[in-house]
Amino acid sequence: MNETPILEMLDITKEFPGVIALQDVTFKVYRGEIHGICGENGAGKSTLMKVLSGIHPYGSYSGTVTYDGELCQFHNLRDSESRGIVIIHQELALSPFLSIAENIFLGNEQAKFGVINWSDVEEKAIALLKRVGLRQEHPQTKIMDIGVGKQQLVEIAKALAKRVDLLILDEPTASLNDEESEHLLSILRELRDQGITIIIISHKLGEILEVADNITVIRDGTVIETVNVKEDQVDEPRLIRGMVGREMSSRFPTHTPNVGGEELFRIEDWTVYHQLDTTRKVVDGASLYVNRGEIVGIAGLMGSGRTEMAMSVFGETYGVDISGKVFRNGVEVQTKTVEQAIKNGIAYVTEDRKAYGLNLIQTVRENMTISALHKVTHNGVVDSNEEKVESQRLKVELNVKTPNLDVALKTLSGGNQQKVSLAKWVFTDPEVLILDEPTRGIDVGAKYEIYEIINRLADDGKGVIVISSELPELIGVCDRIYTLSEGHITGCVPKAEATQENLMTLMTLETKE
Amino acid sequence: MASSLKQALGGNLRQYGIMGALALVIILFTITTGGKLLSPANVSSLIGQNAYVLIMALGMIMVIIAGHIDLSAGSVVAFVGGICGWVMYSTNWDWPWWAGVLLALALGTLIGAWHGFWIAYVRIPAFIVTLAGMLMFRGLAIVVAGFTMAPFDDEFVAIASKGSANIFPTIPFDGGQLGVIFQAVKSIDVFTLLVGVLAILALVWTQFRNRASQVKHGIEPEPLGFTVGKIVVIAFCIAFATVLLSMSAVGTPFVLVIIAVLVLVYSFVLNRTVFGRHVYAIGGNLNAAILSGINTARTNFMIFVHMGFLEAVAAIVVVSRANAANATAGQSYELDVIAACFIGGTAVTGGIGRVSGAMVGAVFMGVLNQGQSIMGVPSAWQQVVKGLVLLAAVAFDLLSKRRTKLVALAGVAERSQ
Repeated sequence: MNETPILEMLDITKEFPGVIALQDVTFKVYRGEIHGICGENGAGKSTLMKVLSGIHPYGSYSGTVTYDGELCQFHNLRDSESRGIVIIHQELALSPFLSIAENIFLGNEQAKFGVINWSDVEEKAIALLKRVGLRQEHPQTKIMDIGVGKQQLVEIAKALAKRVDLLILDEPTASLNDEESEHLLSILRELRDQGITIIIISHKLGEILEVADNITVIRDGTVIETVNVKEDQVDEPRLIRGMVGREMSSRFPTHTPNVGGEELFRIEDWTVYHQLDTTRKVVDGASLYVNRGEIVGIAGLMGSGRTEMAMSVFGETYGVDISGKVFRNGVEVQTKTVEQAIKNGIAYVTEDRKAYGLNLIQTVRENMTISALHKVTHNGVVDSNEEKVESQRLKVELNVKTPNLDVALKTLSGGNQQKVSLAKWVFTDPEVLILDEPTRGIDVGAKYEIYEIINRLADDGKGVIVISSELPELIGVCDRIYTLSEGHITGCVPKAEATQENLMTLMTLETKE
Repeated sequence: MASSLKQALGGNLRQYGIMGALALVIILFTITTGGKLLSPANVSSLIGQNAYVLIMALGMIMVIIAGHIDLSAGSVVAFVGGICGWVMYSTNWDWPWWAGVLLALALGTLIGAWHGFWIAYVRIPAFIVTLAGMLMFRGLAIVVAGFTMAPFDDEFVAIASKGSANIFPTIPFDGGQLGVIFQAVKSIDVFTLLVGVLAILALVWTQFRNRASQVKHGIEPEPLGFTVGKIVVIAFCIAFATVLLSMSAVGTPFVLVIIAVLVLVYSFVLNRTVFGRHVYAIGGNLNAAILSGINTARTNFMIFVHMGFLEAVAAIVVVSRANAANATAGQSYELDVIAACFIGGTAVTGGIGRVSGAMVGAVFMGVLNQGQSIMGVPSAWQQVVKGLVLLAAVAFDLLSKRRTKLVALAGVAERSQ
């Protein structure tokens, strides 16, 4: 490693009206290293990267940014990109209907006098795809036809197509499964070895520890520490301690499992066909049950049919030719529409709260009550004051941090949006809650709170089904875990016997007859 | 106090911006027309001329909030007006005026249901369905009203041309002593003044009742000073309009009564009912609405049924005002109505919009028309001005949003929008 910093940010202070987002942050990155940044949501990680990349223009902050020995005064993304600094956001900036090659050169078209040379484009695209480990993909394939994991790699290829010396990745693995994440990290190592400096922001501490050379921990807008992973022998508890400012003896709240309760909910022989490719079974003869007061997990890789199973049970909102039976308290019930499902005590909290869960432009209050508006309604008229009282109660109960209930939901942090999403379904008085990736993209502190809410719901006698791609989370929270592979239930493991290894074995079981 | 005032204003800043712009335009034209804009007769005709925009904007705002559009409004007005005129005019039918009105309302509702069916249940985009409706109903209008049918019964014509002063007693008053603008004023309508006073009392009562209810539910109400200030401003506007109208020849036009009732009803529907909440939910995030158990098809269907009903009301007012039914009626009305909604702050992408905004937008357009007409601006140039105002209003909306977007970019949430 070279000992001259490629990037030096000195005494950066950035204020938003009413909040100091960054205070006297000093941050150094050395040439050719992978530098991890950890911190809770709202700690200031993204703000720091925005200062660096010019999204927060020069003059809107105090302090200095020195890059490659020169003082930087970036006014927008173009300025920083011209210096070889490229930032890849969590939400990918790809156009789904265009090909891989077209996306790679989007805004950077290989043209002479405005005319694109397609053979040139294709040749360069193939070379770039090779660098990011996508040698088997054809550059003419449309972005929408490849998975999120590969899309993330195309984003990196897109960055490489420009002159890039410093690559910044914001939560690159948030929507990838373990295998895809592993691949991405190995690509990052290769790029580092080719001399590109990388800054990676991630909630997944294990990953950061695995890939980063140095890690900077940020809390409340200030740098807590910068550590060298090898020399300082850093481990997860140490990072968490720095991030939350307190000892987290456990990532999961303790909970006494409720076993032996009566059966609350059961699905039998559940089969669902893919909604576009209607000859393909995505869920095949799945059966499972949940007892009163029990927390049941569903473990499965991406594409195993976990979300598809949940959504098809919840008002047939996914899939075609759905067959199978749903029982509530031993009696068969219909769940063909969302209305019926809600009436039968089922709630489904989606994995994608922005696209499917919440109305971000409406207020916190309106989002909380929309699924059970009838509870604050008399003769078709909403009693707004009653509604305020109820949403205030939910706010306190789920500890939603918001200045008041009438702000637009989009102003809240991810963790608090997720709590609103939960509140909305708690308000429907469900008996069974299906939580799909309930802690995706939220910080450690908020995760802990979500786990506590899950425990409380179970203690209140509800049945909770947790779908998650994070196995430690399932093992830490659930009383019993089903494994799903290629649409089949391949096992059911009690908490005491669950390990990441045996779950993974069951999740990858070949099920082809 | 200052911060809580900001908070109370905060969410509605855009709303107040439009109202401020309206006040500015009124003052501007009052000066350029030497006060003629605010003569009682002009105020009265302002309402009559723009009634169709005000009425149909109530439906259009629901349509746009839910993420749709209705291009057929003008054609439907012509067709429904044509049928309504035909049954009253034709010697074979010779229906009484009230039967014609009822038939028109039923027919409009049916047309709304027709559009709603294709949009909500067959899921054809509203743009296509109402474009088809625009062509079809214009054609059908020419079939039934290819020639001009006129005149109609006095009772029918009275809908758009008479008012409270024609029924209730008035006090003689020589307006000439107030200045040249009030020369034509011969009397003051007591009924109008009474309604104005009642409206102000109702305003005070509802505001304070809401405060009391909030206190009862343990919610901290907005600052008292803010409530009082709000009441004073609105009461002043009501009093101002009331006094002017009371001096006009017809007093309170019947059309204004119709509009007032519809505005109250549809404000209530959008703000307070489950249906209204569902309209916003569908426009804000359709997928989330479906997964929240909202029957989106039924809601969309009902939105267009309401729209059809309101188009029929507009048709009746238009035919009554012209005292004639003709297939060419209502040409490009849909554009006026859509423009009023957007000027009034309705979001182009759906999910956001208020009845009060659309009404202010409609009045804004009306004042522009009236003011320019009095000044003698040629109608060709009036259209140019209207177009520019629409562009400016939406540009203002988007620019003000973009400013907040830069800050909000801190949360990547905004990027996916």
